Amino acid sequence: MYEIGSSLALHPGVFLMAGAIVIALTRGAIRNALALLAPLATLYLVWQVPDGTAATVRFLDFELAPLAGGRLSRLFAVVFAIMAGGGALYSLKQEHRLELAAALFYAGAAIGVVFAGDLITVFVFWELMAIGSTLVIWSAGTPAAYRASLRYLMIHLLGGALLMAGIAGHVAQTGSIAFEGLSTNAPSHWLILAGFLLNAGAPPLSAWLPDAYPRASWSGMVFLSAFTTKTAVYVLLRGFPGTEVLVYVGLFMAFYGIVYALLENDMRRLLAYSIVNQAGVMVAGIGLGTETALNGVAAHAFASVPYTALLLMAAGAVLYRTGKRECGSLGGLARSMPVTALCGIVGALSISAFPYTSGFVSKTMISQAAADGHLLWVWLLLAAASVGAVLTAGMKFCWFVFFHRDSGLRPPDAPRSMQLAMILFAASCIGVGIYPDPLYAALPYPVHYQPYTGAHVVAKLQLLLFAVLVFFLLLGWLKPARTITLDVDWLYRVFGPWLAASVLHGLALLGGRGEQRLRQAMDAAWKGLQRHHGPEGILARTWPTGSMALWMMLLLLAYLLFYYL
Amino acid sequence: MITQLPILQVVIPLIAAPLMVLLRHGTAAWLLAVGVSWASLAIALGLLSEVAGGGLVSYALGSWPPPWGIEYRVDSVNAYLAVIVSMVAAVVVVYMRRSVAEEVPQEHHYLFYSMYALCLAGLLGIALTGDGFNMFVFFEISSLATYVLIALGRDRRALMAAYQYLIMGTIGATFFVIGVGLLYLMTGTLNLADMAARLPDVTDPRPVLAALAFITVGVSLKLALFPLHLWLPNAYAYAPSAVTAFLAATATKVSVYVLLRFYFSVFGETAVFRALPTGSILLALSLAAVFVASVVAIFQGNVKRMFAYSSVAQIGYITLGVSFDSATGLTAGIVHLFNHALTKGALFLLLGGIALRAAAMRFDDLRGMGRLMPLTSFGIVLGGLSLIGVPGTVGFVSKWYLVVAALEQGAWWIAFLVVAGSLLALAYVWRFVEAAYFHAPDPKMAAGPGEAPLSMLVPAWLMIAACVYFGLDTGLTLGGAGEAAQVLLKGKW
Repeated sequence: MYEIGSSLALHPGVFLMAGAIVIALTRGAIRNALALLAPLATLYLVWQVPDGTAATVRFLDFELAPLAGGRLSRLFAVVFAIMAGGGALYSLKQEHRLELAAALFYAGAAIGVVFAGDLITVFVFWELMAIGSTLVIWSAGTPAAYRASLRYLMIHLLGGALLMAGIAGHVAQTGSIAFEGLSTNAPSHWLILAGFLLNAGAPPLSAWLPDAYPRASWSGMVFLSAFTTKTAVYVLLRGFPGTEVLVYVGLFMAFYGIVYALLENDMRRLLAYSIVNQAGVMVAGIGLGTETALNGVAAHAFASVPYTALLLMAAGAVLYRTGKRECGSLGGLARSMPVTALCGIVGALSISAFPYTSGFVSKTMISQAAADGHLLWVWLLLAAASVGAVLTAGMKFCWFVFFHRDSGLRPPDAPRSMQLAMILFAASCIGVGIYPDPLYAALPYPVHYQPYTGAHVVAKLQLLLFAVLVFFLLLGWLKPARTITLDVDWLYRVFGPWLAASVLHGLALLGGRGEQRLRQAMDAAWKGLQRHHGPEGILARTWPTGSMALWMMLLLLAYLLFYYL
Repeated sequence: MITQLPILQVVIPLIAAPLMVLLRHGTAAWLLAVGVSWASLAIALGLLSEVAGGGLVSYALGSWPPPWGIEYRVDSVNAYLAVIVSMVAAVVVVYMRRSVAEEVPQEHHYLFYSMYALCLAGLLGIALTGDGFNMFVFFEISSLATYVLIALGRDRRALMAAYQYLIMGTIGATFFVIGVGLLYLMTGTLNLADMAARLPDVTDPRPVLAALAFITVGVSLKLALFPLHLWLPNAYAYAPSAVTAFLAATATKVSVYVLLRFYFSVFGETAVFRALPTGSILLALSLAAVFVASVVAIFQGNVKRMFAYSSVAQIGYITLGVSFDSATGLTAGIVHLFNHALTKGALFLLLGGIALRAAAMRFDDLRGMGRLMPLTSFGIVLGGLSLIGVPGTVGFVSKWYLVVAALEQGAWWIAFLVVAGSLLALAYVWRFVEAAYFHAPDPKMAAGPGEAPLSMLVPAWLMIAACVYFGLDTGLTLGGAGEAAQVLLKGKW
């Protein structure tokens, strides 16, 4: 028992979650110091996790493996710990006290998922992640954020229910809870896949992501961008490599992200769509399933966390200083916020996979895998998707926020702590781009891939130049306008209530009788419920003693009748 | 000393009760109550370790050998139960000091503790005795003490609730004693083990069937099985907080034990479940309890009454497990005895803290409690999660085994209903969350003293922590419950 206790205390995810609770209870300088030290200590603990199952716990009839190391787990856990530290540094200025604690709790739960050796542990940390991230959104403190956090929670509880049902079915069939390659040959596995994909932002419920994330605070969204979708990529990598349907799902996500990002005006909503786009590329890579593809996905997940966070940090700094979110009302901020602008540009270059940035060394691996597999159409679509990424997150965000016409805003540059966080992440993006060998060495399979060959660089530069050309040609059309883009979330946010109201209305037009009847039926059902179960209902009220005694007699008679017959 | 454990378990609280009356002093009586409760826990743990692994301890009262004398007969089933009762007692008694000081008039304190000791003695006596009539006597001792304890509530409706419980409880006890009397008539013995041995030889089965029906209905009332739960909501809602917590965690559980004992050890599993439709009736009533009581709980305006109805629903889960008549089902039911005792005990203890601060226990009075009493409110949320059956809490363990037991029988629809019942629990727990966390506190309340006193918070949180601990480390609780189920299914006592 003691051994289990001590090895679980050294579980990096549990450690970070415990740290988050302490951080929630402290204030001032101590809290800030703890917030920076906890992720660093977590990073150290991540390196201490040995390969294979490090701790087992008996739970019900199962032997759980809450801490199981491996190459893939370590890669994801390292980037999550780095992200937690960078995010904590960035959000020291956040005045809402709950947010940072919730975010670190969320990060700890994400690390818990990547170190889970069995499906039940995955599920537990999966749900903890949903709770942590909901609290992060909720911490923005606005009524819109509160409503969005509830919608977000509902969707994720639905995902959790799918996952739980799938796991229960899997256990019932195989009797095993090990988290290893699952195939799509059983309904239970389809349920697990659906639960995983929901978190990745896959259709038809992708809309939760751009609906909820931008309503978080300027610092909250930085955390949100990193963990949920990337843990989903991790579990898909581990559970469903080479599942063909993922290629189609991933490509759909990639294009969905681009189309909506092109139409979007809110800068952080735009970036939220590009998170879906990035996740789509990774999901498609998992569907390809070759070693190069899986390596590429792992590398791309590792690289995309810092640069996505960097873009959102830049956007968050702008929001923090100006209070404005629409691309249309910003512009020309490069002059007064040079550091933020520079870091934003580095992020944009990385997401565009510009040579000598982290995006280049990872994203091209996935394209290469498609080419190696002679899947021309996949390769073409991936290329088109990366042009789209350049257009949206790369060009559109930077151009309209930091350049374009002068909006007249002259906010001061971001505070020191935020600048420092952005500079660190920008440096890491370029560092990985220049010297990718340590990253390649950490990938799950041996890497035979050379990023800096003439063909790769030239092909990429051509693509980038073409994208930039397209951008300026279409500039007039891309100009942000106050538009509302419709997504699936509109169905349950607006259309559902409207449909219910209009059905009633329609019935009213049909002569009033129908509507009346329906209303009467609903009233009657409600009244029936109230009559029986309501506060003064038959089943809830205090009964006269005599009738209680009568019930006893009736029950006795019933028993005697059944027994004698 | 070890051989005397069964009798000490019962006699210590039984003697302490009149001593407290003689002391005529509240604090002294409380100290005595603490000593008695902790001693009970130590004895119960000793007994449990004694019978671990299928052992049996038989104690002949006054050295009259059974079946002539009264026998105390302990196996892993009732030792497990004695641990539940005395564990809850040991925690609640610490809590009582402050809570009773606030809710019961000073001059009644020593009487209160005396009644509490009597009630404890009665409950432990029911658990340990192996004699049918002795069981009835302890039923009456615990019930009479309970009526007084409930009537001491400061709400005037407590008197009415106690009166109703008195009438109903007396009818229930009468039914029980009629059943035992019929069995005595047919077998000529009151010793339960002896009775079990002689029952197969009885030629005329009709009086035995009548005895089974009387005992089933009488005990069903005591354990508040739907539709005989009607006394429970008011009794729990208006009794003093500490009493509610103690009763909710122990009294109904002991009654479930009596039912199990008579079904499996006296009448025999074959007679009760194979030859008669007892299982189907119990199944129907249990499911009705889960759904009716949960929906009623959702609409309650008083939070204490809401959790009282939730108790009725949770008892439905326990009897549901019993109704499957399988090792897994019994394990689920017995482990839920323990798990629900922890959960509901903790919840009512925490509500007692709120009762000190809030004007009343309506949801309107709980607005903003999340800010005013953060520890208490968060504890209630954790307890609520256990009621729902969220993984990581004890509630999940029980639900899991119930679902497994249902699937074993191929009853997919029951497994589905168990999960659906959890959704109803989510609905009523959410009502507390909404009131406590999503409303601004009443300014009058905000100026108040805030968090509950430590002497109340610590015991309550101890139980909440146990809810989480035993939700993760299930070795002790499930091991004990599994062994108890095996012993019961073996049939021989």
